[in-house]
Amino acid sequence: MLYREAGDFKTSYAADSQTFPIKFDRWRYWVVLAVAWLVIPFFINDYWANAILVPFLIYAIAAIGLNILTGYCGQVSLGTGGFMAVGAYSVYKLMTSFPDVSILIHVVLAGFITAAVGAAFGLPSLRIKGFYLAVATLAAQFFLVWLFNKVPWFYNYSASGQISAPERFIGNIAVTGAETTPWAQYLICLFFVTLCALLARNLTRGSLGRQWMAIRDMDIAAEIIGVDPLKAKLTAFAVSSFFIGIAGALFFAVYLGAVEVGEAFGIQKSFLVLFMCIIGGLGSIFGSFAGAAFLVLLPVALKVLGVDILGWPSSTVAHLQLVAVGGLIMFFLIKEPHGLAQLWRVAKEKLRMWPFPY
Amino acid sequence: MKDTVAPYTTADGRQIGDVLMDMRGITLRFGGVEAIKDISFDIREGEIRAIIGPNGAGKSSMLNVISGFYNPQDGEVWFRGAKRPPMKPYQVARQGIARTFQNIALFDGMSVLDNIMTGRLTHMKSGLLAQAVWKGRAEREEVENRAVVERIIDFLEIQAIRKTPVGRLPYGLKKRVELARALAAEPKLLLLDEPMAGMNVEEKEDMSRFILDVNDEFGTTIALIEHDMGVVMDLSDRVVVMDYGRKIGDGTPSEVRNNQEVIDAYLGVAHD
Amino acid sequence: MSADFLYGVEVVINGLMSGVLYALVALGFVLIFKASGIFNYAQGVMALFAALTLVGVMEGQVPFSHIINATFGTDIHHFGWHVPALLAIALTLVVMIAFAWMVHTFVFKHLVGQEPIILFMATIGLAYFLEGIGDLMWGSDIKTLDIGIPQGGSMWVENISVHLGGEDFYGFFIDKLDITASIVAAILVIGLIVFAQYTKQGRAMRAVADDHQAALSVGISLNFIWILVWSLAGMVALVAGVMWGAKSGVQFSLSLIALKALPVLMLGGFTSIPGAIVGGLIIGVGEKLFEFMIGPMVGGATENWFAYVLALIFLVFRPQGLFGERIIERV
Repeated sequence: MLYREAGDFKTSYAADSQTFPIKFDRWRYWVVLAVAWLVIPFFINDYWANAILVPFLIYAIAAIGLNILTGYCGQVSLGTGGFMAVGAYSVYKLMTSFPDVSILIHVVLAGFITAAVGAAFGLPSLRIKGFYLAVATLAAQFFLVWLFNKVPWFYNYSASGQISAPERFIGNIAVTGAETTPWAQYLICLFFVTLCALLARNLTRGSLGRQWMAIRDMDIAAEIIGVDPLKAKLTAFAVSSFFIGIAGALFFAVYLGAVEVGEAFGIQKSFLVLFMCIIGGLGSIFGSFAGAAFLVLLPVALKVLGVDILGWPSSTVAHLQLVAVGGLIMFFLIKEPHGLAQLWRVAKEKLRMWPFPY
Repeated sequence: MKDTVAPYTTADGRQIGDVLMDMRGITLRFGGVEAIKDISFDIREGEIRAIIGPNGAGKSSMLNVISGFYNPQDGEVWFRGAKRPPMKPYQVARQGIARTFQNIALFDGMSVLDNIMTGRLTHMKSGLLAQAVWKGRAEREEVENRAVVERIIDFLEIQAIRKTPVGRLPYGLKKRVELARALAAEPKLLLLDEPMAGMNVEEKEDMSRFILDVNDEFGTTIALIEHDMGVVMDLSDRVVVMDYGRKIGDGTPSEVRNNQEVIDAYLGVAHD
Repeated sequence: MSADFLYGVEVVINGLMSGVLYALVALGFVLIFKASGIFNYAQGVMALFAALTLVGVMEGQVPFSHIINATFGTDIHHFGWHVPALLAIALTLVVMIAFAWMVHTFVFKHLVGQEPIILFMATIGLAYFLEGIGDLMWGSDIKTLDIGIPQGGSMWVENISVHLGGEDFYGFFIDKLDITASIVAAILVIGLIVFAQYTKQGRAMRAVADDHQAALSVGISLNFIWILVWSLAGMVALVAGVMWGAKSGVQFSLSLIALKALPVLMLGGFTSIPGAIVGGLIIGVGEKLFEFMIGPMVGGATENWFAYVLALIFLVFRPQGLFGERIIERV
């Protein structure tokens, strides 16, 4: 009797367009939120925070961002790593230039800076499409990484060329720097994930989201119904980069603490986030979470299986991971282009009909 | 053959008003090929205006000129009493011109409801921030526009497929959804590019009924291209006939039917 | 002539020579793209994989030795023989053709008719897969590849050019390896063009590029053509992998160099063979000159991005590329 829409009548259009139209889904959503906010912080330890939860939350933000651009607006970008670097270096410059301002504000500002950079690199999208654009975004990737590597102003002329996050507090709780506790790391990331997921959901369910999807499905028809293609694509680039910038800022300041740009934000990162979107499901916010979780857990699982149980060398397991990820990408593109989110949806559809499938 | 007529009343008592759209001396070239040669005609408020002609006559090009997809090399487009500067298609859409396509151009990844809601875009003004917050302005706007869309869904009798992804629909229903999307814009002028192409007799009857009802109930001005002569003659108030990019006839269906040049074009008299 | 100018000329010559290799790899892209609509991101990794395989075969490495050793507790690494370079190249070519068959049969046959961007993303997945397989088979340590191509500056070029300048000019420094590479690449480029224009298979390939349906109706086997173009791409990858591998060792960055062919294509147009050649030369010369003149002012290493940014700017003004066919959109 749990998973039913029968009897759950909608009496207003607002109720019909809510995020989770089925009562059981709404209920489960609140349970997940409550566990994430009220239970996990008390049980989290260093391993869980650093190996799984914090990277999962940060990649989820990045994947939501890329999914808006690629999944909703249909513009494939291979510049995610570069845009994450913009977020990271923005937050670093802000933190060191204005030490008295709250880090929360810095992270949001880093998002806005990345949005501006992303929109600038999105300008060619009006003229070029498809994989032409995908390759053009490689220009952003390589150029930005080079820029942060070669211009000393960005890393405050430090001898190593690295940037490292100074200690910052919210209230009197350290959220960056060496003293940070796992639960503080986790909670600040959770805060931004919750915020970003909500924003992304709101932006994709209304007229803006429909403009993006119209551009994705058929750009000429979109223009004929009144979508200004330049404006729609640029907002998609800007909004997407806003999320990716926040992810980059958190990845540097909260998760790693110190980064070297080529290593942390190289082209591999662009692909990783793109793969999260493909495996999770293009055009689905839930899919962004699913994809991020999957690709954060896969290496952990492979390591446990390969290194700890089978006793293989860790480099071999790392190579095996490349094979697995590449193979999965091809598998999903062939068998289920809508990713894990679609598998989940099909399962729910069956459940809704159960036990009378017709 | 007359180029313009005064406001008039049709046989079934509908009031045909002032000139809504006036095409003056339109010429369109692709490279060296003239697709449209110096064509003038007008569309009056409340009218159903048909553009007919053999294949390759330039009918679709003409519709593309009206909807801003092509800008003509010569000639003027007047809409609602003002000369229209060269425009992009989305600007034309915002002026209140909506259209359907010969080969259906729906958004396959979206549900029927969302497809029709895209037709309301030109009426939805809330900005990025309002939508990010959702509660308040954006939600109110969504609900108001949803109400308009639901009326159109009822009108076109597609309630049952509201949440179906468009890609899964059969051809005839897709055509109807595309009409719904165009209607959702509440256009001043509705352009239909072969609304009945590829339909069986029953579907054609349905579609004809909808076109007449749209014109009747909402008072929407309609310009359509159609191959089925019977349908054109029954539906339209006035007909423009094109052949090889030229206009060879213009008038009521009965006038056009008796025009010798039109008969020649359709029966295939050799050109000199 | 002043020494500065002559050094500039040296840069241009070196740029032209690396440009020929770019052109060759770009040609591999054009062939696959024309025949199947696939924009093959994995081309770079294919070059890496080919070079790894060549080294492995030459040195008699046991494939997958790490996994075998870890699983069975053995300690085998080498068969203990050395294969001569030419035979090893032939064997590697066989591997690349087998790879072409597998790629088509297991992946792209199932994606026929998909949108180009989906195919493109699939090739990114393929790139990951192949990189992992290459590392698993042969190990990921940096390897030197020596198939007997002479290396080092050419004294002959230096001696005849030294008289061009004054006291402070010591003659052009041009690596013998680069000379060999550009000659081999030029021969292959010409060979590919001749193949595509004048042989039966080449004509069939172009027919498929023009119209799948029509090609089918005159009895051309699409499967055969697709495996053929993937094999050609494998051959191109092998040559590029050998040349770049001999120059700077066989390692991951080799696949990034080969990726330079992407901006070359954007410049030249995806469907144009002359475009690939001219684009390759422009990128080769452009990035060397830019690094020579602007590089020192901004900290160097501009070769990483120059080609992409040039292509990006260029595309904004001419989306179809230098020689590509104009894109006409229809409603």
